[in-house]
Amino acid sequence: MEEKIKARVMDSKKIKRAFQRITTEIVERNRDLNELVIVGIRTRGVFIAKRIQQLIKTMEEASVPLGILDITLYRDDFSELEPQHIIKKTEIPFDIAGKDVVLVDDVIFTGRTTRAAMDSLFDLGRPRSIQLLVFIDRGHRELPIQPDYIGKFLPTSRREKVKVRLKEIDKIDEVLITEPVKI
Amino acid sequence: MAFQHTHLLGIEDLTREDILTVLETADSFLEVSSREVKKVPVLRGKTIVNLFMEPSTRTRSSFELASKRLSADIINFSKQTSAVVKGESLRDTIENLESMQTDAIIIRHEASGSPHYIASFCRSHVINAGDGTHEHPTQALLDAFTIRQKKKRLEGLKVVIVGDCVNSRVAKSNILCLTRLGARVTLAGPPAFVPEQLKSLGADIEYNLDKALESADVVMMLRIQMERMQKNCFPSLREYAQLFSLTPQRMNRAKKRAILMHPGPINKGIELTSEMASSDRSVILKQVENGVAVRMAILYLLLGGKEREITA
Amino acid sequence: MRLLLKNGRVIDPVSGRDETLDLLIEKGKIVECKPQIKTTDARVMDVSRKVVLPGLIDMHVHLREPGQEYKETIQSGGTAAARGGFTAVACMPNTKPVNDRRDVTEFIRTEARRHSPVHVFPIAAITLNLEGENLTDMAELKKAGAVAFSDDGHSVVDSQVMRRAMEYARMNDLLLIDHCEDPNLTASGVMHEGAVSYAIGLRGIPSAGEEVIVARDITLAGHFNARLHIAHLSTAGSADMVRAAKKQGIAITAEVTPHHVLLSDNHLRGYDTNYKMSPPLRGESDIKALIKAVQDGTIDVFVTDHAPHSPDDKEMEFDYAPFGIIGLESAVPLLLDRFVHSGLISLQRFAEMLSSNPARILGLEGKGRIEPGADADLTVLNLSKKHTIDVSAFASKGRNCPFNGWTVLGQPEITIVGGRVVYEAV
Repeated sequence: MEEKIKARVMDSKKIKRAFQRITTEIVERNRDLNELVIVGIRTRGVFIAKRIQQLIKTMEEASVPLGILDITLYRDDFSELEPQHIIKKTEIPFDIAGKDVVLVDDVIFTGRTTRAAMDSLFDLGRPRSIQLLVFIDRGHRELPIQPDYIGKFLPTSRREKVKVRLKEIDKIDEVLITEPVKI
Repeated sequence: MAFQHTHLLGIEDLTREDILTVLETADSFLEVSSREVKKVPVLRGKTIVNLFMEPSTRTRSSFELASKRLSADIINFSKQTSAVVKGESLRDTIENLESMQTDAIIIRHEASGSPHYIASFCRSHVINAGDGTHEHPTQALLDAFTIRQKKKRLEGLKVVIVGDCVNSRVAKSNILCLTRLGARVTLAGPPAFVPEQLKSLGADIEYNLDKALESADVVMMLRIQMERMQKNCFPSLREYAQLFSLTPQRMNRAKKRAILMHPGPINKGIELTSEMASSDRSVILKQVENGVAVRMAILYLLLGGKEREITA
Repeated sequence: MRLLLKNGRVIDPVSGRDETLDLLIEKGKIVECKPQIKTTDARVMDVSRKVVLPGLIDMHVHLREPGQEYKETIQSGGTAAARGGFTAVACMPNTKPVNDRRDVTEFIRTEARRHSPVHVFPIAAITLNLEGENLTDMAELKKAGAVAFSDDGHSVVDSQVMRRAMEYARMNDLLLIDHCEDPNLTASGVMHEGAVSYAIGLRGIPSAGEEVIVARDITLAGHFNARLHIAHLSTAGSADMVRAAKKQGIAITAEVTPHHVLLSDNHLRGYDTNYKMSPPLRGESDIKALIKAVQDGTIDVFVTDHAPHSPDDKEMEFDYAPFGIIGLESAVPLLLDRFVHSGLISLQRFAEMLSSNPARILGLEGKGRIEPGADADLTVLNLSKKHTIDVSAFASKGRNCPFNGWTVLGQPEITIVGGRVVYEAV
């Protein structure tokens, strides 16, 4: 489906500032960084998580472990996916039991991805707490889930889409609102 | 990467890309099997039937575990526990099972082509768990997976399959699967087991085992299938073992890091010595372990995702 | 009442006649055969632009009666024959009970007279219960109406039994028909042995399984001077041996089915049981050799080997399904389309292989030719009518036909048996 860009809501400067603010919030809230782990949800959540991990290191000289979560197998909206949806590995090379987990995703919308991610985490161990970090909260929740850290709150219509583009895979840092072209 | 199949009837129907998709997906499921909680909810609510008209421990329990680890419900039928012993036809058996809203039927049958036959009329996904002397696609996929795991690649490898190739569905599926992935397959055994026409499947033939083993990367020994064999395929087990049993001396003709495979169950002392089966060359138990991940991948690729449009 | 066929293209394979003529039929015989017959009290059928052949004879069918009437009866099989353009069939003895004694032969003839629109000639067994051990009372069976002897479905495996059968057949001037198959070589096979059987995992029936018996039978026939007819010949090697035997002057004839010259073992890849028959569909090179043998006269007859099964019998795993397919209602259109229209054989040769040759081989007096005094068994063909083979419209009880859905040019239009119109296409 063809899409047109409606607005460019964040550029690299604004994104950088948001990252710094979020990192500060995480560090302030979690005094014991030794118990903290970060888990990014594939695909873009992983890159956001990596940046946070790097920023914590720079700010606090602490290295926080990073895991990667593929939630395909836990989704409840399977019938909307293509049949050949390829699953990728979950790579969490540490025990999450007893840890404070910061779960990272790029955009929160209905909340179903987060629900799936939490189910998946519980199958891997019992964390002390799970905190949710999303870069964009675009509203329209269908489940009682609220993020703990938000890069930007961005009210949208259901028709619209939010695209978080990151240098690591998109060659540019920016946040766009797009809309399908009417035919 | 797309896997656009409704059924898994044989390697014959799969492209190289399809096979690679299965192997990639299986790689992810291997991780699930290594977890404390070895279960994901992806096939929750799906009903799978394990219909085994021939005896099997490995394949049947492997499919059962795979289904359970994907949270599907699975029921097991064997020939003895079904109405087949009362003379019910296969079609009636399948139609009765399907009326209980099954999503997939995993079938093992002594008659070649039976999975194709039931796929021609049933609504469920059909998975071939071994049909007669035709194909055993999931075994070939797990073998390819194991070779790739150990050798990091399949292109250019020399794989030697030894034994009753003509009656072996494992051999047939492996020839198709491995050659599609770029390996070279050589078959060895007496002519009744390795007729010339098998070349048309894309394999080389060598009647001298020592020659066949030269510079092999993978040696796959097949079970002598007493239950399928006709008389005089070879004079005696004693002479067969002399010519075609894999001994440590013979294995030395293969490459130094060559691996040894066997689809099981093993007739120790006939196709393999016991010391070979438990040697560090042997990946036989790895094959079994990987089998669950590969079968999870197949179930996921066929049953996960979009609902199949029912046309029948 | 007399019947006048007007303006048909009349082909007589015995005299080689091929001209537009009228035929006058009276009391079951052809009485006149010339252009522009003038007569008053006769039913006139205009057959201009149609071909009139001596009635076609299928010398190899299975009618299943007595014993397996759910598969076919003499009535349903006879009706299928009439619709397929045949005026006579010879039926194989593997009924239940086997046609190995006089009362079974007589039963078949009586049932046929009562219920079949076409002539039915029984073929009796060579050995009791087709077991290959004791010869049947052949002289008595011949007297009761058996036109030939065969253990069809099996060979007479024991060479000594076959030798004795040949000697006895010679004394009584009987025809032996052998289904050539060495059971040790073909045991549990379900399709032709070759690359395809190995690929799809079905147990093979090697060509050698047929050829060793063809070779043996030719040898025995040469030594013991019997009249021998090879049933449904299927391999290139068999064709070569029959050709060589004929050159040597051995009294041997042979038949082939449409399916063996039209379909190869490649069709088995889908495990469709409608391609399962004995002998099996062979390789492409066999098909080429069989076509050549049809053209050069090595093979004398086309037969259907019509073998009806109920749909339930065929609806199962390939290994367990019975052998055999039906052919009475598809053979003539298929052969017209693929052999005559395609130029492989002439209409004369077609008529020879489906009428005069089987009549001669079976010794059927008055059949297989068109001339005054001959039996009024006639088949009228429309060569330009295109149609699609549809098993659901068949008169046979069998539906096991791999040609369902084929579109073919040419079909039988009128079938006349003993001067009576038994089938007329609408």
